[in-house]
Order: sequence, then C-alpha cells, then structure tokens
Amino acid sequence: MTTLSHPIGDSVIMFRRSLVRMKRYPSMTIMLVGFPLLFLLLFVYVFGGTLGAGLPGGGGADSRADYLAYVTPAIVLMAAASAAQGTAISVAMDRTEGIVARFRTMPIAPGSILGGHVLGSLVQSMLGMGIIMAVSVLLGFRPTADPAQWLVLIALLALIAFALTWLTVAFGLLSRSVETASNTPTFLMILPFLSSGFVPTASMPAGLSWFAEHQPFTPMIEGIRGLLAGQWEWATLATAAGWCVIIAIAGYLWARSLFRRPATADH
Amino acid sequence: MPENAPAIDITGLTKSFGDQPVLRGVDLTVATGTVCALLGPNGSGKTTIVNILSTLLPADGGTARIAGYDVSRDGARVRAAIGVTGQFSAVDNLLTGAENLRLMADLRRLGRTEGQRQIDDLLNLFDLREAAGKPASTYSGGMKRKLDLAMTLVARPRVLFLDEPTTGLDPRSRRDLWAVVRSLVDDGVTILLTTQYLDEADRLAHRVAVLDQGRIVAHDEPARLKQQVPGGQIRLQFATPARVAHARLVLADEWPPAERAPQQPAGADTTTLQIDLPATGTVPALRALLDRLDDQDVPVDHVEVSAPDLDDVFFALTSTTTRKAMQ
Repeated sequence: MTTLSHPIGDSVIMFRRSLVRMKRYPSMTIMLVGFPLLFLLLFVYVFGGTLGAGLPGGGGADSRADYLAYVTPAIVLMAAASAAQGTAISVAMDRTEGIVARFRTMPIAPGSILGGHVLGSLVQSMLGMGIIMAVSVLLGFRPTADPAQWLVLIALLALIAFALTWLTVAFGLLSRSVETASNTPTFLMILPFLSSGFVPTASMPAGLSWFAEHQPFTPMIEGIRGLLAGQWEWATLATAAGWCVIIAIAGYLWARSLFRRPATADH
Repeated sequence: MPENAPAIDITGLTKSFGDQPVLRGVDLTVATGTVCALLGPNGSGKTTIVNILSTLLPADGGTARIAGYDVSRDGARVRAAIGVTGQFSAVDNLLTGAENLRLMADLRRLGRTEGQRQIDDLLNLFDLREAAGKPASTYSGGMKRKLDLAMTLVARPRVLFLDEPTTGLDPRSRRDLWAVVRSLVDDGVTILLTTQYLDEADRLAHRVAVLDQGRIVAHDEPARLKQQVPGGQIRLQFATPARVAHARLVLADEWPPAERAPQQPAGADTTTLQIDLPATGTVPALRALLDRLDDQDVPVDHVEVSAPDLDDVFFALTSTTTRKAMQ
C-alpha cells in the first residue's frame, strides 16, 4: 500500500456506484423528476390563465403564456428540491443497510462516501432541472438569455443543487429511517410557494410578504428569472450565490459532524 | 508493518455507553496467524470490542493495536490491514453480487486484472457464481451473508474480524465457511471471531476468550478450558431396574451417583445410572469402575462416556463471575 487515501479516486468510485443505483432504481428518479413536472402542468394549465392575469402588467392577450414564463424558475428550483429529497433517501438507505459501516472500516477517504452521493445527486438534479426547462420551452416559453447568461444560469443552478444536496445529505444522516428521511426535506418543496416563485410577494399579507422577500429561495428564483429574461441583476445573483454558499457550508459541516458520530451504540 | 507485533494487542480497554459500563478493562492478545474466538452472553461487549478494533467506535480508555498500529492514532493504517464482517449484512442491495465485489476491488485499488481474478475466485469459493449477475436484494439471507464475507475478503486483509459470521447460515454453508476460515489461517491470516455457537469456537479457534460483564474471564486453548471444569460423566444402561439398584449398592462407597444428572428421569423404574468421573485420571477410574461391576456379576448393557464440552465451560465461567459480581 503506497498511499493510504485517494479522496478524488474514491469519490469517483462512489459516484459511479450512485449512478448504477439510479439506473437500478429508476422509479425513484422518475418520481423525483415527475413531481415538479406535474406541478408545472398544473400551474400552467389549471391556475395559469387566472394567475397570469393578476401579474403586474398582466392581463395581456395570453395570460397563460405570461404565467408560464413567470412560474418556470420556481418549478426549476422545485426540481432541485425534489432531487435533494432523493439524496436524503439514498443516504438514509445506505445507513440502514449497514454498508456505510463497512465503508468506514475500509481504507478509503471518509469524505468520498458522502461525496459520491453529492455528485450523483448533482447529476440527478441537473437532469431534473434540464427536463423542466425543456418541457417549459416545449409548452411555449421563450427565454431571451444570451449565451453568457445561459452559462451563468447553469452555474447558478449547479450551485443551488450543490447547496440543497449537502443540506439533505445531513437530513439523510440525521434520520433514523428511510421514511423519515423522505419526509424531512418536504419543507424544501413547500418553501418555493412562500416566495416570489408563484405569485409576486406584494400580493401577500404583510408578514408573509416580508418572509417571502427575505427567504433564500426568492433571490434564487429572481436570479433565474432575470437571466432567462436576458437581464443581469447582479445584486440578486450575488444574494442568491451567497445563500447557496451559506447553505452548502452549513450543510457540509452538519453532515460531516453527523457522519463522524458512531453509527451504532449497541453492544 | 512493525516486525513481530502480535496481530491484535489489547490492554486495559474500557468503554461505557452513558453511565453503563460495557468494557471494564479488557486485555487480549492474538498471535499472528491464529484464530481467537470471543465468547460471551448477549450484551457482554463482544460487538463493542469488534467496533473499537475496526475503528468504528472510540474507546474510553486503554490501548488497542492491530498489526502494531494504534486504532485511535493510526486509524487509516489499521483500516488498510483489516477486513470486517459485522452482524448485519453490509452489502449494496441495488448492486449485483459481482458489482458489490467490484466496488470493493476498486476501493482497494486492486486494478482490473487482479480485481477480476479475486472476484472470480471469491464467487467460486462462496458458490455465488450463478447469482453473481443478480441484484443482492434478490438474495436469500444466507447468500447475502456469503456475499458479505466475500466482500470482506477482497484484497486479502491480514487481520479479520468476523462478528457472528455463521448466524443465519444453513448447516452446509456453515461448514463451507469453516473450511474457508481454515484455509485463510493456513495462509497466515489472523482472525478474531465472535460466536454464540460453542462448537464453532471449538472447531475453529486456537484460543477461546470468554467475555463476561465486560472482562475476559478466561483465555486459553479450548482443550485446556475444558480441563478446568470437572470431568465428564459415565452413563450405564442396565437391563432391569433391579440391576440398577444392585449396581448402586456395589459402587456406592467409591462412585456415588451423579448429582448433576438432569436427563435422568425420577422414579424407581429407571434402567440407567449416571456417575461423575474425576477431572484427572479419567481412564483408570473408568476401568476400575467397570472391573468392579464385572467382579460383582452386574452385567452392563451399554456404556456412554461424555466429556465436558465448551457449553459446560461457558456456563461454569460466566455464572461464577455473575455470582461474584452480585455479592
């Protein structure tokens, strides 16, 4: 044994394992992508006509098309939240199956176990967000972003997915069972509703509107919305990126401390 | 690896969970290339010892060295030397048997060819060749257990911890596993094995350590441990109850009937007589006893001698310490 630890090599092996697991368990990926997709169709075709008319400057010829453009960023974010929920489930599954205990007795870089999950979920998340974008375009959404804005958008989405994934890795480690792990991150799916994602915050009651304006998902959604509309809103993008970094670091540190905690106390 | 270090060297190991002490100063040395069986009732701390030695759990006090490396200071080197099979299966249920083994080979940096060679060998050794392409979730409990062990053996770790490895295996698979353990020892591998089956310890282990109330109460070769409990019993079968009564009378002065004879039914019509044999000089005692019956014309139909087994040792040792602790 020449070197004892290969953090990158080990993470790549764990990442490959995550991909195989996704392939073997396609119903989970389908559910994680399908859920936001359902919301997109629901909000555009059921609520879209009415909600679109209520948008500032709305009431145009095609209020449904206006609402499609308005709601797409929120649904894209939901796709990231949904994939993150999958992360919590797969982390918890690992833990209940005892394979993490095996990994921990092996000469591998400890971070690579969680690193593999994060990389795998990142792929799942980007895939989910890509599908939502594609369907949205299919339904008639026409983003006006230039290539530079598309690049920044992809980077922002990756950063969001990365942050949410680390947070849900911690949720997965915290959970005693797979069921709890799949329930805990549900608030990530609810939170976009309490933001500027579905309706402008100004239309909400005072307290709720204050919360919606200051919660992390709002700058993320506004950032995505601005880029898709071909606008550089630097302040919003900076706030969004800041939140992502904070959530990622907090999630990472939390996950790390939970991971180091002994898995079992039985004797 | 430091030269001449024992494979496993534990001194004064202590561990408590909350205010509940589980290990109260465990000392144990296992020489390289030997099998040590750790016996103990449920909750005596067997798994805690394995968890500490495999770096899953920090000890509260004392030292533990594996292949010369301290488990708390040199965890990475310890992990490179060991293979662990815990009580609960640690396989990836969504991966196939072969993929699980490949994952181990990749993480151990075996390389394509050597990895594949070892995977093939292990699939054959554990009779998993046919199931290799199926997801582990479709395996029976016994097959999962075998896959689990096969995964532990990838890259041939020098020190193995097997925590109740044959629990849940059918008798044939148990025997197969015993054969595997013996061949590993022939290759110089050191094994610390916890088990609830005393016959398993008897067959496999060079030395048996009995753990009770968080301490090692005995550590010796199985044969020598058995000598510590009073010798076996002789069970004499006669044709009629009258002959039993006669035999009792003839033997009474030197060989009173055994007090500890649970399988002897109460009542006068019994046709068997059980007598304790001394721990030393069993054979001369046996000969003298049968000669006496012969001299007195008491025909014996059938003779059965039972040696003490590890069960007797285990119960004798653990009950003694439990009694001491209660005083």
